[in-house]
Amino acid sequence: MSVTDWIIPLITVFVLTYAAFKRVDVFGAFCEGASEGLKTCAEILPALVLLLVCIGMFRASGAVELLTKALEPLCAAVGFPSEVMPLVVLRPFSGSGAMAVYNEIASSAGADTFAERVAATLIGSSETTFYTAAVYFSAVRCHRTRCAIPAALISDCTAWIVCGAVVFLFFGA
Amino acid sequence: MQVILVVIPTLSLIFAAVSGRMGEMSSAMLAKSGEAVELVISLCGIICFWSGIMRVAQRAGLVEKLARLLSPIVGFLFKGVKRGGKAAGLITLNIAANVLGLGNASTPLGIAAMKAIAEESPDFCGSATDDMIMLAVLNTASLQLVPTTAAALRAANGAAKPFEILPCVWIVSVYSLVVVVAAAKLMCFFAHKRRKREL
Repeated sequence: MSVTDWIIPLITVFVLTYAAFKRVDVFGAFCEGASEGLKTCAEILPALVLLLVCIGMFRASGAVELLTKALEPLCAAVGFPSEVMPLVVLRPFSGSGAMAVYNEIASSAGADTFAERVAATLIGSSETTFYTAAVYFSAVRCHRTRCAIPAALISDCTAWIVCGAVVFLFFGA
Repeated sequence: MQVILVVIPTLSLIFAAVSGRMGEMSSAMLAKSGEAVELVISLCGIICFWSGIMRVAQRAGLVEKLARLLSPIVGFLFKGVKRGGKAAGLITLNIAANVLGLGNASTPLGIAAMKAIAEESPDFCGSATDDMIMLAVLNTASLQLVPTTAAALRAANGAAKPFEILPCVWIVSVYSLVVVVAAAKLMCFFAHKRRKREL
């Protein structure tokens, strides 16, 4: 048993108890939120079908292997699993695309491997940078975003190295 | 997106033709569309559960509570907004909703916050203010406390303990948050300095 095993149960119990004390209709609120979650799932399905097929094509054609091999020297230098590199590139552009790539990595490298953990950590700790920036700036019809995109990209372009290093420290390769 | 959807399949077609893997690719396409449905079904449970719990948290006023805790940080990061004003309130709520992973609530709050910043800065005319940049940039860094999607994806692929990566996710998130805030602050600072010199 580790500390991380405690997080989800503790949050769940805390939220339920706190809400009950605040006289919230816990059951009703939960069902409302859960049905919204269901809607989210239904909404990502069409995108996922297209993206999983595209990325599956890319993998089956042998292009991914070639790309991974080409990136190997760079990745080896910073101790990063080169099969996760396609995810690093795609993550700022597409959320469901990143999910599709993760799935490809997890099914070929296997669960609980270094590459799989790095890929999952990367998904959990980053956002769809370009999409988010577009939504926020277009809300105020702002066409000059100045340093917003460069600032966000500085973090995206370095976070993957940190990601590999941190997962290595916690779990080893 | 449009470009990716043309480039990747075309490249794949060429590669498959050259390496003689057209048969494999053709069957992979059929298999993957089925896999997409299986993936969504296996993600669905965790996503529904967590959305439900977080909706309960929202109803209980935990978003506002967290927002109150965060307001000193917001005052430090956003120099142009009025203390206790409409924009400052919306910004804290947006950040709090992000931390709790309320994706459906945080985006509308963020958009409202952007508009409020625009209202509070009279000289805004299409060029982003420092505060707008800060808000957008904060939202491109992942602030989420519990990365549900990542954990759900891990569970769907048979990881023994999907949530074991939580500490790693937090460390990387904090790293990118610090980098993004520092980069935005520095770049804005130098941009103002240069403009002053030009005047």
